[in-house]
Amino acid sequence: MAYSDKVLDHYENPRNVGTLDKDDPHVGTGMVGAPACGDVMKLQIKVSDDGVIEDAKFKTYGCGSAIASSSLVTEWLKGKTLDQASEIKNSAIAEELALPPVKIHCSVLAEDAIKSAIADLKSKQGKLI
Amino acid sequence: MTKDIARKPIYLDYSSTTPVDPRVAEKMIPFITEHFGNPASRSHSFGWTAEEAVEEARDEVAKLVNADPREIVWTSGATESNNLAIKGASHFYSTKGKHILTVSTEHKCVIDSFRELEREGYTATYLEPEPNGLVDLEKFKKAIRPDTVLASVMFVNNEIGVIQDIEALGNICREQKVIFHVDAAQATGKVDIDLEKLPVDLMSFSAHKTYGPKGIGALYVRRKPRIRIEAQMHGGGHERGMRSGTLATHQIVGMGEAFRIARIEMQLENERIRKLRDKLLHGLQDMEEVYVNGDLKHRIAHNLNISFNYVEGESLIMAVKDIAVSSGSACTSASLEPSYVLRALGRSDELAHSSIRFSIGRFTTEADVDFTIQLLKEKIYKLRELSPLWDMFKDGIDISKVEWAAH
Repeated sequence: MAYSDKVLDHYENPRNVGTLDKDDPHVGTGMVGAPACGDVMKLQIKVSDDGVIEDAKFKTYGCGSAIASSSLVTEWLKGKTLDQASEIKNSAIAEELALPPVKIHCSVLAEDAIKSAIADLKSKQGKLI
Repeated sequence: MTKDIARKPIYLDYSSTTPVDPRVAEKMIPFITEHFGNPASRSHSFGWTAEEAVEEARDEVAKLVNADPREIVWTSGATESNNLAIKGASHFYSTKGKHILTVSTEHKCVIDSFRELEREGYTATYLEPEPNGLVDLEKFKKAIRPDTVLASVMFVNNEIGVIQDIEALGNICREQKVIFHVDAAQATGKVDIDLEKLPVDLMSFSAHKTYGPKGIGALYVRRKPRIRIEAQMHGGGHERGMRSGTLATHQIVGMGEAFRIARIEMQLENERIRKLRDKLLHGLQDMEEVYVNGDLKHRIAHNLNISFNYVEGESLIMAVKDIAVSSGSACTSASLEPSYVLRALGRSDELAHSSIRFSIGRFTTEADVDFTIQLLKEKIYKLRELSPLWDMFKDGIDISKVEWAAH
């Protein structure tokens, strides 16, 4: 099992591990995957009033590639607008981490997690208006 | 923990294979270079010397299991022994019936020999063990049919180390006139085996699980009452026609010496290993949500198979690369294939995936065990800090009741 240096780096030193207050109206939470499939990703974003992602945190149950994919997207998300964030594609994640074909699903899951977190935030803010 | 890249991992995978004991290697070498004769050569001293060494080794193998040396047939290892016993006896006695019985947690080579016989028209029963890994005697008895010709049960399970009640199972087979084969690859040097007392007809052995070389094994074939098998390997009629092929003198000498050492040192060694295993167990049980797989009492001293809940199997293997262990998870493929042995015990996929088999052996030190406990505690803590499932568990959420979107 050969992991790329980038995967190993994120696995050894995961960035932005943690939890944001899911009840905060500025926080969107996405939880994707299933324990029986071997991956569960929880991704949270905190968005300022002008729609820029100020903070991102993750927790992941999964293989090294899943941990690395979610760690990487938390780095990418910070400073992006929601529109920019929703444009992050799994192929970019897979390319950056040099994921082998059997691990592409980890990057797909990370993309799903972003979409899920944004959807959660939008539904929350929709309710507020 | 300080990282030392040059350092070799600590070997805790003795159930996969063992190093050849230096005493064994020393004894083997002259039979590669100097005493190279063919043990089947009857016309000169090269052959006689080799034959003498082969017979001495046969004596040693027989002595460890209290059998007659004439009941020992050399093979290439336990896989061949299991194939020869199961297919050889089922074929020879096929007029009696075509039903064969085994347990779902047997080694792959037993299961696959059964599958092959099924393709030939036999009917097979794969009995499920109890959640502790042991075979229920009543269920075993009920699984035997009038046309059952052979039953095969392993002495010691390779993954979870549980010891089956071979004597009781054998007695059931005797009553029902079923040939009883036992895969003892994981048992030699770990449990007492007395084939004068045990009602076993065929028993498979391997050298490399007991500090001998790879590529050599043996099959015990009972003489009284006499058990017949059909040969799988045809040729010069070696091993009384049961297994042709020039004998690998140096390998055989190695197996003999390894089994001699096992016979002499087994009691003391098992005591020492049990202490190490118990230390490892207690160290790991300090943590929450760890589950021992398989019965702890009916178990060899060398094995500890344990699952760490809320930690994913592959990331666990990445985390413990400083120790050489086996995992219940097939982590090179995208498809999840948890250990079929742990699944048969009723373990969930998640727990089966997050299992590690530690197997301790002759050269394991207390420092190795201390290091392992420390490493596991550190890594499990780290992975759980990363795990959303651990958070949910800590919040009192029952993960099995959450509706997950499968992907």
